[in-house]
Amino acid sequence: MSDTLDQLFVNLKAWLVGFAPLEWQSLISAIISVAALLAVFPGLFAVTTILERKGLGRIQNRYGPNRVGPFGILQPVADGLKAMTKEDIVPRAADHVVHFIAPLVLVIPAFLALAVLPIGRGMAAIDIDAGILFFFAVGAATELAVFMAGWSSRNKYSLLGAMRAIAQMISYEVPLILSSVTVIMFVGSLSPVRIVYAQTGYSGILPHWFLLTPWGLAGFILFMISATAESNRSPFDLPEGESEIIAGYYIEYSGFKFALFFLGEYIGMFAICGLGITLFLGGWTAPLSFLTGIPSYLWFFLKLFSLVALLIWVRGTLPRLRMDQLMNFAWKFMLPMALINIGVAATWHFMEPGLIRWLICSLLVVGPYFGLGRGLAQGKHLAKRTYQYAE
Amino acid sequence: MSASFIILAAITIASAVAAMTLRHLVHCALALAITFAGLAALYLQLDAQFVGFAQVLVYVGAVAILIVFAILLTRGSEAPQQSIFSSSWAVGGIIAAAVFAVLAVMIRKSRLSELVAPAGTTTTVREIGDRLMTTYILPLEVVGLLLTAALIGAVIIAMKEEPK
Amino acid sequence: MTPLAGYLLLSSFLFAIGLAGALTRRNGILVLIGIELMLNAANLNFIAFWRFGPNPEMLKGIIFVLFSIGVAAAEAAVGLALIIAIYRHYRTTNVEKMNSMKG
Repeated sequence: MSDTLDQLFVNLKAWLVGFAPLEWQSLISAIISVAALLAVFPGLFAVTTILERKGLGRIQNRYGPNRVGPFGILQPVADGLKAMTKEDIVPRAADHVVHFIAPLVLVIPAFLALAVLPIGRGMAAIDIDAGILFFFAVGAATELAVFMAGWSSRNKYSLLGAMRAIAQMISYEVPLILSSVTVIMFVGSLSPVRIVYAQTGYSGILPHWFLLTPWGLAGFILFMISATAESNRSPFDLPEGESEIIAGYYIEYSGFKFALFFLGEYIGMFAICGLGITLFLGGWTAPLSFLTGIPSYLWFFLKLFSLVALLIWVRGTLPRLRMDQLMNFAWKFMLPMALINIGVAATWHFMEPGLIRWLICSLLVVGPYFGLGRGLAQGKHLAKRTYQYAE
Repeated sequence: MSASFIILAAITIASAVAAMTLRHLVHCALALAITFAGLAALYLQLDAQFVGFAQVLVYVGAVAILIVFAILLTRGSEAPQQSIFSSSWAVGGIIAAAVFAVLAVMIRKSRLSELVAPAGTTTTVREIGDRLMTTYILPLEVVGLLLTAALIGAVIIAMKEEPK
Repeated sequence: MTPLAGYLLLSSFLFAIGLAGALTRRNGILVLIGIELMLNAANLNFIAFWRFGPNPEMLKGIIFVLFSIGVAAAEAAVGLALIIAIYRHYRTTNVEKMNSMKG
């Protein structure tokens, strides 16, 4: 019973593809996978926008949107209508062709990146041998879109925001890739499907996720920090900070193109959280051995939902980092930690399983963390914290 | 000569010509990025998947952005007023045409062009990694050293000098 | 015309375009763009010969292209740094104005 539920969509697709003549079958199969992705993830985007606004509102001691529909849940519909009917203003001095293409160049790689993630057992839209490399390659194409958006508006603030955004994205790409290299090295393959299969299996009731190893935990934390920086989300959202630079590289965009930027940013966030789930949290595997009855795709979406909730929580809690603090953090702290993590993963692989392995690898991770932290913060002491409550 | 090859070749050639002849520098850089993407698609068609993705990651994601940053740092963002071609443009054009003519004649006449592909080879990334780590370990280390030297050198060359 | 001849002609055409651009444009950055285009044309040549050649399981073409991509990236970085340094001195990137060794 649970097996049929698990393979429901796979069997559904096979049944639909069976209707087509033989030489068209691979094309029809690809089209069905793409259509499924295009249907599910924008729906998830709509739900995430309302959850984010309500969640942020509650963290900031206010209600979120609550006018449209009961408890405001129809707000995405209102937002979509507004985006589609708003006048599309393009500055006269802007470079029209580049200005028009930039949102497309942002959204298309974001959707492409979703295609390699295994959403369920046997449910990866594309299963290529170098899947993780494909993911990072299309992520790199996103940066060009940011530049095109910032430069084509012929606006100094917009260009400044774009330069900062590109510098931030390039700097945080290095710890992102290095922290995934530990998993790739451990599994011995670049294919996300194989990486998830390496995390199936349970010892007792605990799963074999890479999160539950010292190097995996450190790698996951590094990965999630780099992922928030790559998606330009708070606390790394100086390029689009609303109080400093208005809206950064998409100042001059209005209406549907702005909605496309928004969509591209959120889909990019889903894609990179999905990659984090695949690499460290075991993809579609269940967390405890007696819960394997629940279908695999439900576990994936549950994990995705919890990671997105974590990102929203961090957004509402931490203040924004300044540009130089951001760059220092990437190059002076995260890059050495990621390199040390690779060494720790290698040490883990070559020691025999047991308590000694855990102890030594945890020391190898925690020691440099404190060492680097103390070393980089020398001389800078925070003032004593004082609170002033509104009376 | 499948249709996909012809389309990809047309896109690549068109964007390469655009990269070399457009007036505004940033347009040239963006056309170059399209050329790189077209070449990556051609590599994928030739079953070299790792190289295709590496091409997108390195060229589109890093070299194109480097070129764009250099254009902005050297005030290339205003359109140039005078002619964009140098004074000896005819000679350059003739040399390039001659090079292409020689290469094309060679390709048509050579017997090597009649090679037909053997059965489809599937190269996994694992094989490339194995080869890099065993047979080609020395070039790998040398390229690592070269990239380090280039990194340090580029920073030193482009650094602002303190007025003494 | 065999597929291999098609790829070779494409690669030599790209090489010629890159050469023409490197020889005729005024701006130093465009000369560098032409050089990158020439390197890419050579890479395409290598991959085409790897695919249609006698033993592709030796992976020689792929390994060469990987190293070529790495070296080209390093060269682009250093070349652009040089252009920036020269701009800081001459206030222009016009290669025809850089005609003296004095400075």
